[in-house]
Amino acid sequence: MSTRATTAERAAGGTADYLDQRTGIGLAVKNFARKIFPDHWSFLLGEIALYSFVVLLISGVFLTMFFVPSMGLIEYEGPLASMDGVEMSEAFASTLHLSFEVTGGLLMRQIHHWAALLFMASIVTHMMRVFFTGAFRKPREINWLVGFVLMILGLGAGFTGYSLPDDVLSGNGLRITDGVVKSIPIIGSYMSYFIFGGEFPGEHIIPRLFTMHILLIPGLILALIGLHLFLVVVHKHTHFPGPGRTDRNVVGFPLFPVYVAKAGGFFFVVFGILALMGGTMTINPVWNYGPYDPSPVSAGAQPDWYMLFLEGSLRLMPGPGWEWVIGGYTLPMNVLIPAVVIPGLLFTMLALYPFVEAFATGDKREHHVLDRPRNAPVRTASGVAILTAFFILILAGSNDLIATHFDLSINDITRIFRVLVIALPILAFWVTKRICLGLQRKDRDLVLHGHESGRIVRLAHGEYLEVHTPLDEYERWTLVQHEPRRPLELEPAEDERGVRRKGYRRDAIRARVSRFFYEDRVEPVTPAELAAAHSHGEHDALEGGAGGQEQIEASQAHDTQPAAGGAVAGRSARGHDARDR
Amino acid sequence: MSADKPTTDLTTSSTSTSSVEHHGDHVPERFENPGLPPHVHRMGDTDPAAAKRSERQVVALFTLSIIGTIGFVVAYFAVPPGETVASMRLSNLLLGIGLFLAMFGIGVAAVHWAKTLMSDHERVEARHPQKSDPETRAGAIAALSEGAADSGIQRRSLLKGAVVSAVALAPLTIAVPLVGEVGGDWNVSKFRHTLWERGRRLTRDPSGTPIKPAEVTRGSVYHVIPDGLREADHWIEEKAKAVVLMVRIDPDQLTEADDRKDWSYEGIVAYSKICTHVGCPVALYEQQTHHLLCPCHQSTFDMADGAKVVFGPASRPLPQLPITVDDEGYLIAQDDFNEPIGPSYWERLK
Repeated sequence: MSTRATTAERAAGGTADYLDQRTGIGLAVKNFARKIFPDHWSFLLGEIALYSFVVLLISGVFLTMFFVPSMGLIEYEGPLASMDGVEMSEAFASTLHLSFEVTGGLLMRQIHHWAALLFMASIVTHMMRVFFTGAFRKPREINWLVGFVLMILGLGAGFTGYSLPDDVLSGNGLRITDGVVKSIPIIGSYMSYFIFGGEFPGEHIIPRLFTMHILLIPGLILALIGLHLFLVVVHKHTHFPGPGRTDRNVVGFPLFPVYVAKAGGFFFVVFGILALMGGTMTINPVWNYGPYDPSPVSAGAQPDWYMLFLEGSLRLMPGPGWEWVIGGYTLPMNVLIPAVVIPGLLFTMLALYPFVEAFATGDKREHHVLDRPRNAPVRTASGVAILTAFFILILAGSNDLIATHFDLSINDITRIFRVLVIALPILAFWVTKRICLGLQRKDRDLVLHGHESGRIVRLAHGEYLEVHTPLDEYERWTLVQHEPRRPLELEPAEDERGVRRKGYRRDAIRARVSRFFYEDRVEPVTPAELAAAHSHGEHDALEGGAGGQEQIEASQAHDTQPAAGGAVAGRSARGHDARDR
Repeated sequence: MSADKPTTDLTTSSTSTSSVEHHGDHVPERFENPGLPPHVHRMGDTDPAAAKRSERQVVALFTLSIIGTIGFVVAYFAVPPGETVASMRLSNLLLGIGLFLAMFGIGVAAVHWAKTLMSDHERVEARHPQKSDPETRAGAIAALSEGAADSGIQRRSLLKGAVVSAVALAPLTIAVPLVGEVGGDWNVSKFRHTLWERGRRLTRDPSGTPIKPAEVTRGSVYHVIPDGLREADHWIEEKAKAVVLMVRIDPDQLTEADDRKDWSYEGIVAYSKICTHVGCPVALYEQQTHHLLCPCHQSTFDMADGAKVVFGPASRPLPQLPITVDDEGYLIAQDDFNEPIGPSYWERLK
């Protein structure tokens, strides 16, 4: 081995020295280069969001070179015969120009639109991952809120961008927005003027949306992404439960080189997939719709998917009788409820959930090991209930397409959805909670009795048994590591001297919330329970069976524990030691 | 595992010890974390041939990316978008596939490299509690109180009031002109009126030609705009309010309110085309049932019965335009709509 540095090494060393003398960057490199990140496929969801945003920036910059954000009217002149001589805004004409006459322009437009859809989809699924694994718990509540605001900004970015081409579809979308804004009590009309610079549609909305879309919203998103990632570094990434993983460590691979290659490579994968979508899948062919005109409208039109829930909510609301007039002032509840109240409720619940759960647990500790969703049944069920409502609303936003594709009556579909949007989330909550408890029982079963080996053994006296293979300690740990969470117990309202305790009322509410969360539960197997399960089978142990590793479980006959397959504490056990053993 | 105990008035029920008692005193309450499992080698870690194979695969994938980039550039020059939708689509397809290969090749190569050739030994790093240690906290508080004392803000209350007022008021210099100008003239009473007035002819959208009653045959739907729309100031805003849908209905089937008997002409009725729900143009007319359906949110109006809502989220009928004919026999409006058209708003009835 030569000790003499090559030219490249000397150049790199020189540059590093130059930079370090001026910025002290050595410290940052030392701390960050080998920083550990845990590995799991679901951690990629947030990365997809980040990379789609980068693709949005790249393709978006390309588009701004050719798009003209103006509502000035011109006559179309260009290769598209069907639009020849049609009067249209410069925004629409420039969209046609960049689609038909700029080589690669359509590709960039379609990549941009697909990337926007993927951006929102990955944000929503990333949020689901964080929710269902409890990654929002202390110390990450603030980062949950940052992410929540990012989602809202993503909706804003999508909405403002969708409306820019000034085609019939997006124009009618803006008109719906105008109608919703006008429904807001007291200030609605003024807000409409505020947005449109006068009456709808006016000539200001496209330039205004453009500024929002290319400057204000992406600027905010960029800043908040910075904060989001900064907090990820500060907190160090959560990891899934497993042997060796604790709340005091982080187990994974170093940033350099593993994540530089994996995460950096993944950006190119996302970009590549988006390019393939933009190249092969037509999206928003505005040349088929034509420029905006207040009169025409097309049937079967759908907004981008992330707006469908709002559209569905508007469609489901029954109208007659819901326009209230109070003191001569009009309160259009048929618009306010679906477009303002329901999304407001859904979003508020989502934003505040970490705080509700923290209130229910009274837990002030830091959590860095994720929950397996089954181990938090009420949380998982709540999330599934919210998602169910969201998906019903999405389907309702496509009720006309469901009607035409399946040859059904649109009125029937709408009526059915009206019932489902209330009934299904409740059902989903119940079913999900039951499934979670069932899965926890299955985990207990596995820990207590081991894997079925498929080996049937006949004992000397003729009894048949199946040999079970006990779990090794690593596999077992994943199934038993979680803390049993129990409802908080309410301390008496008065202390021993009969003085009424401060904060009793708040504690009473907290205890009630806590009971809702943790009353029904299956607790993890304890070493004592495992020992008990094994001792039951002891007299059946086969001498010398596979080096004594295998434990015989008389599958049913010897399963003498009353509820060993899952100790569910019922309501009768309220306030007592909950384990029914 | 257990860090600070929950600091709350409430306590969790203590873990049961009953089951432990049966089995002696050495059984711990919870399982112990067994630590990292033994490392399992990949094929490439032990077999140099497998590692060499992985290396060749990574090189091939990077080469694929290079081919994609070259293909993209070739497609850019060789296949311009041309004059038709078909040629534009071809150009788009080739560029898209080129870009896909260029990016995807790099991505998959890097990931494959990381997964098969880079070290896969899991490493452990310690976490530290987020909160700073008591010493640092005390230092921070000391720094702040020292600074506050230096500034004298606590002693000089007049100064405190002045700085708060000045900083709070200064944004008005931006907000006042912005709010003042951003809404145009802020004259929201424009919602009440449309271009329709006594004697204004009903004309076809978009040609602007007037309509005679005889031309409105049963079953046909007329999309109507007011005569002279294009000459109006802000004609697009006026069009957005003034569009009308006109149909002829068999007089036997037409139900009319007593005060509106003379608003139709020989069974021809004209209603605002703007939905009273959130303002979409209501455009799907079904001749058999006289139902008019809004394609946006499926509000359904009965054109034979005062455009009443029969289904969907709208709660008011469409406003009716009173019509008649002029001396030359063309359809004209008798007046403007008698209520604001389109979606409801707070001061609509004021």
